[in-house]
Amino acid sequence: MELNQLTAHVILGKLKAREVSLDAVYAALYARILKIEPQVKAYVRNNKEPVLPLESRPDSLLNGIPVTIKDNICTEGLNTECCSKILEGFRPPYDATVISKLKDSGAGIFPLKANMDEFAFGSSTENSYFGPTANPWSLKHVPGGSSGGSAAAVAADEAIWALGSDTGGSIRQPASFCGVVGLKPTYGRVSRFGLIAFASSLDQIGPITKDVQDAAILTGIIAGYDPKDSTSINQSVPDYTKSLTGEIKGLKIGIPKEYFVEGMDNEVKSIIEEAINKLKNLGAVTKPVSLPHTEYAVPVYYIIATAEASSNLARFDGVQYGYRAKSNNLIEMYKKTRAEGFGDEAKRRILLGTFALSHGYYDAYYLRALKVRTLIKQDFDRVFSDFDCIVTPTSPTAAFKIGEKTLDPLKMYLSDIYTISVNLAGIPAISIPCGFTKAGLPVGLQITAKAFNEEMLFRLAHTFEQNTEWHKLKPKL
Amino acid sequence: MAIDKETVKHIAHLARIELQPNELEKISGQLHDILGFIDKISSLDLEKVLPASHILPISNVLRDDQAHVSLTAEKALENAPSKKGNFFSVPKIIE
Repeated sequence: MELNQLTAHVILGKLKAREVSLDAVYAALYARILKIEPQVKAYVRNNKEPVLPLESRPDSLLNGIPVTIKDNICTEGLNTECCSKILEGFRPPYDATVISKLKDSGAGIFPLKANMDEFAFGSSTENSYFGPTANPWSLKHVPGGSSGGSAAAVAADEAIWALGSDTGGSIRQPASFCGVVGLKPTYGRVSRFGLIAFASSLDQIGPITKDVQDAAILTGIIAGYDPKDSTSINQSVPDYTKSLTGEIKGLKIGIPKEYFVEGMDNEVKSIIEEAINKLKNLGAVTKPVSLPHTEYAVPVYYIIATAEASSNLARFDGVQYGYRAKSNNLIEMYKKTRAEGFGDEAKRRILLGTFALSHGYYDAYYLRALKVRTLIKQDFDRVFSDFDCIVTPTSPTAAFKIGEKTLDPLKMYLSDIYTISVNLAGIPAISIPCGFTKAGLPVGLQITAKAFNEEMLFRLAHTFEQNTEWHKLKPKL
Repeated sequence: MAIDKETVKHIAHLARIELQPNELEKISGQLHDILGFIDKISSLDLEKVLPASHILPISNVLRDDQAHVSLTAEKALENAPSKKGNFFSVPKIIE
């Protein structure tokens, strides 16, 4: 195997044993990028010349192993544009807390940033100002989104590991579509300081990796209290690698019946059922459970997420950073800047959110949505009082074709039907590869646990992974 | 709940986004469909349910009232499309 194909923990072992050099790791990554980027397009602003990583402390823990960063996480001195025209040329004057933490741990910050749907608005990475990324398993298919660049880069071995962000499934769904591991931590587990905000009550940064051990390592590094994010929780961070015991005997797993209804692809269904059987054979106990308000999750999400987005994106007005349209009148300058700077989906979501918050509609939409959010959270609380975790598909289908859903926003929104509830409830979830369709597209298994029980996710995910071969398969490019 | 073009026009003004006539047409139709789907939640009885103002049990996060170092004006202005001295510069507001 080439160095760029390895997991971070394997590379770390080789670096420590002085079997390989960090330069060789970078050389392998750049050789791969040079060869396959023209097809995959996982990275943005790629001038096809190797660039040096941001400075870190390469003598500490991670020995300089590079991490690929989604284009919505601020990196001092390195363009961060959210794949939007309105942030063209934006060079953050500070690092996001996760970037500071990575640097302190000795990680290299990979100098190319990963493609995404503009402002993380999307499920396919087709809404990027820089154009779509392709799925490494089938170039005619989407990699999922919004962290599609991060997931495709990891799957195609153009990255060792990566960070994404997840507001309604934006880490887990692309991880599922690309056959890699993706974790959305508990809300408040990882600081959002320096993550360009989409929906502040839902956003979380998390890892996208080639195996569960790497996800556990990366989560341990980025997690923790940050006074700069008043929603981050002051709770100690466990050593997540200690959860990788391989022992799941007697764990109680709930299978929500509302997830196994119409809309789920038959092939996905049988792959998931097989995965559940595997977990049973490994000693877990599975039982059907009910999350009765599941059908309301997508509508509630598109009220709350767009309402928060409309407020968060008010800051992009051509005054402090990014693109500014020419005009002699201030209001007209705002309107033209936003008309020319935002793409279609961003406009749609800002308008929908503005509507839900506007006079006369607030009670009927926003307030009602917050109430239904309470019901969705209570559904999970009830199940977790009896069960250790919940297992579902990550997405109702494998990756869809590029262009298949772009004309119908509603259809696109429904592709996140299994991931959205988790963000609304604030709980953690992981997606791991659990099989392939006959067409050769990966399918992901989603495991959910109660708040701050990432250890349970790593334990179950790792046990499944170590008893299957799915995570070892590589796309042929 | 239906949404008409006049409402979308008003919302677009509130959101400070200029819409071209063809965009207004397209987006009005799309928002109409999305709201039709979202209206699903109007059937629920929510009389006794409290809104989820925060998903985790934390409240009133305060910090000590102490001065600390923040971005310098120079750094904060680095990305400004237009600036004068230590200020962001915008088109004239007062005639």
